Amino acid sequence: MNTQSEAFLQQQAATANWTEVGKQRPHESAVLHVLGEATYTDDIPEIQGTLHAALGLSHKAHARVHGMDLKEVKASIGVVAVYTAKDIPGTNDCGPIIHDDPILADGLVQYVGQPLFVVIADTHDNARRAARLAKVDYEELPAILTPQDARKAQSFVLPPMHLARGNCRQALERAPHKVKGELYVGGQEQFYLEGQISYAIPKEDRGMLVYCSTQHPSEMQHVVAHALGLHSHHVVVECRRMGGGFGGKESQSALWASAAAISAALLKRPVKLRADRDDDMMVTGKRHCFYYEYEVGYDDEGRIVAAKVEMVSRAGYSADLSGPVATRAVCHFDNAYYLSDVDIVAMCGKTNTQSNTAFRGFGGPQGAIAIEYVIDEIARNLGKDQLDVRKVNFYGRNDAEGRNVTQYGQKVVDNVIHELVAELETTSAYRQRREEVRAFNAASPVLKKGLAITPVKFGIAFNLTHLNQAGALVHVYVDGSVLVNHGGTEMGQGINTKVAQVVAHELGLDLSQVRVSATDTSKVANTSATAASTGADLNGKAAQDAARQIRDRLTAFAAQTFGVDASTISFADNKVYIDGNVEAFESLVRKAYNARVQLWSDGFYATPGLHWDAANMSGNPFFYFAYGAAVSEVVVDTLTGEWKLLRADALYDAGKSLNPAIDIGQVEGAFIQGMGWLTTEELWWNKAGKLMTHAPSTYKIPGISDCPEHFDVRLFNNRNVSDSIHRSKAVGEPPLLLPFSVFFAIRDAVASVGDYKVNPPLNAPATSEAILNAVEAVQAAQAVGA
Amino acid sequence: MSQPIRFYYRGEVQTVAYAAPTQTILQHVREDLHCTGTKEGCAEGDCGACTVVIGELKGDTVELKSVNSCIQFLPTLDGKALFTVEDLKQPDGELHPVQQAMVECHGSQCGFCTPGFVMSLWSLYLKQEDKPCAPQRKDIDDTLSGNLCRCTGYRPIIDAAHRMLELPKAQFDRDALATALQAIQRNDMLSYTHDGQSFHIPLTLEQLIRIRAEKPEATLLSGSTDIGLWVTKQMRNLGDIIYINQVKELQSLSGQDGMLDIGAAVSLTDAYAAVCQHYPQELSELWQRFASLPIRNAGTLGGNVANGSPIGDSAPWLIALGSDIVLNGPAGQRTMALEEFYLDYQKKDLRPGEFVQAVRVPLPQQNRHFRTYKLAKRFDQDISAVCAAFAITLDGEIVREARIAFGGMAATSRRAPKAEAALLGRAWNETALREAMQQLTQDYTPLTDMRASSDYRMKTAQNLLQRFWYETRTDAPLAPAAVNAFACA
Repeated sequence: MNTQSEAFLQQQAATANWTEVGKQRPHESAVLHVLGEATYTDDIPEIQGTLHAALGLSHKAHARVHGMDLKEVKASIGVVAVYTAKDIPGTNDCGPIIHDDPILADGLVQYVGQPLFVVIADTHDNARRAARLAKVDYEELPAILTPQDARKAQSFVLPPMHLARGNCRQALERAPHKVKGELYVGGQEQFYLEGQISYAIPKEDRGMLVYCSTQHPSEMQHVVAHALGLHSHHVVVECRRMGGGFGGKESQSALWASAAAISAALLKRPVKLRADRDDDMMVTGKRHCFYYEYEVGYDDEGRIVAAKVEMVSRAGYSADLSGPVATRAVCHFDNAYYLSDVDIVAMCGKTNTQSNTAFRGFGGPQGAIAIEYVIDEIARNLGKDQLDVRKVNFYGRNDAEGRNVTQYGQKVVDNVIHELVAELETTSAYRQRREEVRAFNAASPVLKKGLAITPVKFGIAFNLTHLNQAGALVHVYVDGSVLVNHGGTEMGQGINTKVAQVVAHELGLDLSQVRVSATDTSKVANTSATAASTGADLNGKAAQDAARQIRDRLTAFAAQTFGVDASTISFADNKVYIDGNVEAFESLVRKAYNARVQLWSDGFYATPGLHWDAANMSGNPFFYFAYGAAVSEVVVDTLTGEWKLLRADALYDAGKSLNPAIDIGQVEGAFIQGMGWLTTEELWWNKAGKLMTHAPSTYKIPGISDCPEHFDVRLFNNRNVSDSIHRSKAVGEPPLLLPFSVFFAIRDAVASVGDYKVNPPLNAPATSEAILNAVEAVQAAQAVGA
Repeated sequence: MSQPIRFYYRGEVQTVAYAAPTQTILQHVREDLHCTGTKEGCAEGDCGACTVVIGELKGDTVELKSVNSCIQFLPTLDGKALFTVEDLKQPDGELHPVQQAMVECHGSQCGFCTPGFVMSLWSLYLKQEDKPCAPQRKDIDDTLSGNLCRCTGYRPIIDAAHRMLELPKAQFDRDALATALQAIQRNDMLSYTHDGQSFHIPLTLEQLIRIRAEKPEATLLSGSTDIGLWVTKQMRNLGDIIYINQVKELQSLSGQDGMLDIGAAVSLTDAYAAVCQHYPQELSELWQRFASLPIRNAGTLGGNVANGSPIGDSAPWLIALGSDIVLNGPAGQRTMALEEFYLDYQKKDLRPGEFVQAVRVPLPQQNRHFRTYKLAKRFDQDISAVCAAFAITLDGEIVREARIAFGGMAATSRRAPKAEAALLGRAWNETALREAMQQLTQDYTPLTDMRASSDYRMKTAQNLLQRFWYETRTDAPLAPAAVNAFACA
């Protein structure tokens, strides 16, 4: 009979408490970041003979190009070559889905900033100087600059989308109350601190290595191969890290990668293309701005009984990712609310501006803000607190309650919005502060305070089912150290930290034993973009799969070697506990190697249970939903429209968080970024269609003073109902919707000017000017009413 | 015969004889010295990824301040010390407390802005060395007003600014640096030439006048916060350059006859510190909102005034207070009211060979009420849509003198004569206010651009006059916290 030996007890104690996931680990590169030793693409030591490229840009929004005089460009100091569309060896296209995105414009320019040629010189400066010397013969054509004008002209990059459920028209007619209106929500520049950059190095036999700051190495590989007229196996794309991406380096790193690679291939020399900030902002697409017209019916409680909306986005001159962005907007028009009878039309307006693209939230925020705007109006019309109207519209908790199927037909089975909002309502003292705000406003002639609480429900997975897959490669070396490679890319969000934690956890190792290397298309093939908040979900699972296979082999080897049952073996604390024996991980690995056990493995993951019918806009596109809510309090100056965020409280559902420190960082960062989108960040084009806010001097992302004195962000105690990686939930995009509360707090403050009886017509971004206009509109409406 | 540039970096004197005079410090460290810790985010001094710390001898002591290396030309480093993020690692290989705090507080995500934040925080760390109390949030905001982070939302970085002072102290040997800098000071003007372009650093007024007369076409360079962009953004060739910041006479700051004399080479940081001693309530917010700390450290009040931008933030309040500008040149020194210096858009009353020597600011006077307000999209580092300044002298209730000046409302910063006339001799009450507000529409025809529409500029110009009245009315004036969102808690 076996007795429980001391070693067995030790094993119990060590493994029972041992965990690596769920710990507040610093970012895996934090020490390198603060030392300035983290290598970004421009920091890679240059190979001898490296040249530098710059792009020559269009000065017209829409024009036929009858000729380009490039003599002065070619004669400029240091210039080695100038290439135009006709020099491209393969396909002149870098569009991710539809092939309407030329790398270099060929005879037709469609926005101010569109690249016409690439000039290669000995230095970055000389290339930039030369790029300005072209003389281009344009024949100007009429330009469409706004989504409203695109709609009027029926100018679209894709056919309109339509999603309908129930009988919206009839429900509208029968509704006790109706609200009808329009809204404009501006776009947003990603403003990654590291601009677009690619460094292309020719290799033997037509091969090409491209170091690229990109969220999508596989797509860069394909685009470069097509542009060079080669196969994918000729091209390797590597990305160690990005200095921020936010969606802006998903499809739109392709232009830079292909222009650098084309130049390098033609010259047979390394070529680096680093965008100056102004060029970056003039050339690349941004978050789509949206214009909405809505008509919504509701009952005396504020419950929505019919919702009809037409939304048109500013797609820019080409499709890029505008289709999927619009799809996500349609799928998030409900936000956290059940909409029984609904009719949604979404159009992608073709405009003569930058081709808009992915940006954190990817249409989700644009879909959800419209319904929040409507609910805000319903509450004011009924004289109710906005929170109460939001609550009566929340999705039902279960089948018994009903009201739990989204407009696209997916049942909501993980709804925690009721509990989450209730908790925040209490911890933020929402009701009490509502009274305090009213009292303050009654006594304050110039400054007015506003308060708002807004919820978030956000679907996690790529809408397009086939993108929900990932691969990973885990090597255990003979010394016991572990190297992980996966298809995700590190842009600051901490995916490498989380994936390393997952692998360390599987193998019972300290995080310091695990290193994640650069993303590399020659290691893991056919990867999806690191996007849609899925990075850690997909790649964490794939890496776990790889690590488990290695652990299983080590377990089998140990069981055989020590003659014990495999079920008694566990990995923890850098050790392997083998039924009373304790072996250092490194030592077991060494023995396994000598016994010719495979110590590396690939891993794969495909998210189960997803399907999407794009034609009917229905299905089960999401693996689960992430939830959250925030309360914001602002003060607004009714003489100038200036405002300040006084306090923000947020609660976010990260499931069982893989790394609470990283998740809190993501929520806070998204909050401030989303606040910028809705307030200070204004994209402004002049009448000729030139973007005038193309540098940080004119385009204002939040600064240090915009972080509120009181900023309380917490994670909601939850566990994912779906079998996600360690029951965690995604955190990249959903919290970007939390600062809706800031926008609606501003609107609340403005409404106080009219004693909360008039709906302030407030568009986003709520710049001081937009706020002052809203104040005056409310005052004017009051005057008419009185 | 050209002399090389000498500066102190990474423990030794660097001697540079081959760099273009307009090569930026950032380009030099990244491309020539291969120290890639410092990053380029915008090349216009607006994002702070390139922040470095410059050490300079001031008498026997060393002054250390953060600046944007992306718009500072390398020769301006002559005789100074450069510190980049590579300098902070401790002799034992450990992280500096600033770096350790950033790691502990999760202050980096993508990490690209991080070296800039680390250097700004280090400048605060050095300032705190002899201060007993911890920095306030406002001090931290000031320090980091020129650093943009797109990932974190700033909260963890603010935490790190507190945490760094709780960690075991890291020593910095200022005396050793002072000694090292003493060895590379010059007794005479440096004239550095490269590829036909020269860069002159005169040390005295006499040298400046002489070299200015010799090279009337040369570009006069001070803080480089605008001229830097002529090179990095407009790719202009500046020709020969005369850098005026080392001219001893232009560095003076003194008060006499009810006026504060601020030499043209006095940094915005020092100039505003001096002026705010006299006008703490009136000017502190504008000081905080004037560009960012690294820009204020590099830029000068003289440069800001000489630049003559219609949206510069100093001219309106200087004009409202009745400040003078002192010019000097081949024909000698002359003084005029600042408002007369600005002729039209980018046109100034500056004769060939002349330069701005100083600005003279009147000190507070009894019964004169003065305020200045700035409107921009963002609190930190933003160019004004409208900048307003009001100064009225009251005799009882009666307005005896009214000086109203605006930036952002016309081709130059200038006064509002009709609105002023509407107030003169009248009681300072709502009737007079309304009339003056109305008259502003006769004084200005503002433009629409990306910062604001013409309408908004006009409406807020009027409303800021109203804010001024709220604050200074003779019966029941309102506190700033009642009329200014940024003063409200």
